[in-house]
Amino acid sequence: MRVALFVTCVNDAVFPSTGVATVRLLERLGVEVDFPAAQTCCGQPQFNTGYREEAVPLVRRTVRAFEGYDHVVVPSGSCAAMVRHHYGSFGAEVPGAAGLAPRVHELTEFLVDVLGVTDVGACFPHRVTYHPSCHGLRLLGLGERPRRLLESVKGLELVELPGAEECCGFGGTFAVKNPDVSAAMGADKIGNALATGAEVLCGADNSCLLHLGGMLSRQGAPLRALHLAEILASTEEEPWR
Amino acid sequence: MSGDERTTPPGPGPAFVGMPAFPEAARKAVGDATLRANLRHATHTIRDKRARAVAELDDWAALREAGKRIKDETLRHLDTYLLRLEEAVTAAGGTVHWAADAAEANRIVTELVKATGESEVVKVKSMATQEIGLNEHLEAEGIAAYETDLAELIVQLGRDRPSHILVPAIHRNRGEIRDIFREEMGSWGRPAPEGLADSPAELAEAARLHLREKFLRAKVGISGANFMVAETGTLVVVESEGNGRMCLTLPETLISVVGIEKVVPTWRDLEVFLQTLPRSSTAERMNPYTSMWTGTTDDDGPRSFHLVLLDNGRTTALADEVGRQALRCIRCSACLNVCPVYERAGGHAYGSVYPGPIGAILIPQLRGTASGVDASLPYASSLCGACYEVCPVAIDIPEVLVHLRGKVAGQGGHRPERAAVKASAWVLDHPGVLAAGERLASRTRALHPRRAPGPGIRRWTESRDLPEMPAEPFRDWWRKNRT
Repeated sequence: MRVALFVTCVNDAVFPSTGVATVRLLERLGVEVDFPAAQTCCGQPQFNTGYREEAVPLVRRTVRAFEGYDHVVVPSGSCAAMVRHHYGSFGAEVPGAAGLAPRVHELTEFLVDVLGVTDVGACFPHRVTYHPSCHGLRLLGLGERPRRLLESVKGLELVELPGAEECCGFGGTFAVKNPDVSAAMGADKIGNALATGAEVLCGADNSCLLHLGGMLSRQGAPLRALHLAEILASTEEEPWR
Repeated sequence: MSGDERTTPPGPGPAFVGMPAFPEAARKAVGDATLRANLRHATHTIRDKRARAVAELDDWAALREAGKRIKDETLRHLDTYLLRLEEAVTAAGGTVHWAADAAEANRIVTELVKATGESEVVKVKSMATQEIGLNEHLEAEGIAAYETDLAELIVQLGRDRPSHILVPAIHRNRGEIRDIFREEMGSWGRPAPEGLADSPAELAEAARLHLREKFLRAKVGISGANFMVAETGTLVVVESEGNGRMCLTLPETLISVVGIEKVVPTWRDLEVFLQTLPRSSTAERMNPYTSMWTGTTDDDGPRSFHLVLLDNGRTTALADEVGRQALRCIRCSACLNVCPVYERAGGHAYGSVYPGPIGAILIPQLRGTASGVDASLPYASSLCGACYEVCPVAIDIPEVLVHLRGKVAGQGGHRPERAAVKASAWVLDHPGVLAAGERLASRTRALHPRRAPGPGIRRWTESRDLPEMPAEPFRDWWRKNRT
């Protein structure tokens, strides 16, 4: 099977290791991965901040970049949700925008629904807690997929995150426009994560982890944020970091 | 009575005039440990109870969809249903008044009260009268308006503002309430019993005793309504305490101020909302008191009934294809109780009587976005979607927030932001430029501080480190390793 990787702008610029891990994971599962270089950003930051018009060229670019691919895999629930839920509304300006929506799969959807695997042959002998980011949780309805994948990882001890379904406080430009409320939400999320005694706070959206990881780093907390793809890419032969 | 000639406790000043923008007001709330603890405890308790009450029904999704459809159908033909309602109320012996805005509604109510010759009224908990600032208006006209809902009484005696639609005194704990009762009750009626403690039973009994003399004396009652049935002209109030029933049945004159969006076509429609409203708001299967009245009835209840239909910005919202769904709201407050932003910012930060997610989409439509606080409301959300998930009439609050952000962003004050967004979008639409920027960031990464100046970055780094930049962007790794 051949798929296009939509790595997302945040991962491209700040978290390339998540992209590398996604490639390594998919290739290990026998998937041929392409990276259309014309891709940049899905347009969500502009759209969600009220600048719909400014998002149009990015929607157009994204639609064109992934033309001809039956499956587009995105290691971000938020960007996948932007395409699935909002691209249809750009139909007038960008022909084909609605057509991209059903071809886009968030990584865990692709693994569980399209490839039909939950045990991806990973090994990650650490205590991990999982934060289900809001867009993956509520807009995509990822449900138990990430948990099932994590539970199948050899050596991984999955611990329940209290208040898991509460927003971490990132929210794109919300984090900058409402820094105090955002930080208070993040502090509560981190408090809950630390209480689990986990070594790793796992998520499937690096934008949330950018916020939470930044807070963990500032506090010098004994917990690191890591994208799900990097845990799933890790094997006994080639452990991740 | 008090020395300042007033008949009711003074409010905290003109309604929300000069409120700071949401982020600034929220900053104070976030730093208030008592408030945070009160809100956290209360919202989590109601939130969990609601989830259990809703989970009991296997047809919840169908009820939610039915509620949405009934409201949408009614709003689509609002003119028809309102005229039908007017006809039915009039035929049943009531009088209907139309108020375009708060000033007109206040004037109508004042004239109606003055015509009775009375100088005091008892009030049923009502969001519409809060919205128009009726109490303060009546006070200025020499008429005492006494709130009789327990929480509204706490707010009124505390010279405070409501901070929640359903639980207006949610920001107060038992100790604070006891102190308010001890200090204030005596100035405006029967004092609190000697040695009042802070147990819920004692506090409720103190309120009962204080209010009873007002109920028995009052000749005029003022209410809102949860629903108005067009086919029969029936108004409906759902409540828990029974104070509403007292106000609706004891006085000789009843005046109801109701937003025009509260109409439903038929009694059958109530079947849906009388299930979804109590479970969503108080997490009860059925609320303790459901009062329904149709005009006036000989020898029973008020001799005279007036219905004031309030627009006050609702028709403006109705004209907005995306925003109009906010008018489906049945004021259950489920969105407040589940909102992580409300939980931390509290209700007062929203600068209106409608706080939380629903307030953030309702107020900018009812009042416009000219003031700082109103323009900041559409951004008072992380778009986490928890509000939409619990809304019993399926208002897609995140969708409306984004829509309203678009409107605010079109205002003059957002020119620098728009320029920045345009510039960033241009870079993102030119992968060569983007890649050059990414490479530059990677190559200079050793020089990057974890805290940084600049408006956006500074706010980010107040509580978070900036991430360490990678050695190379993903696209460069791909080019080197896979092509």
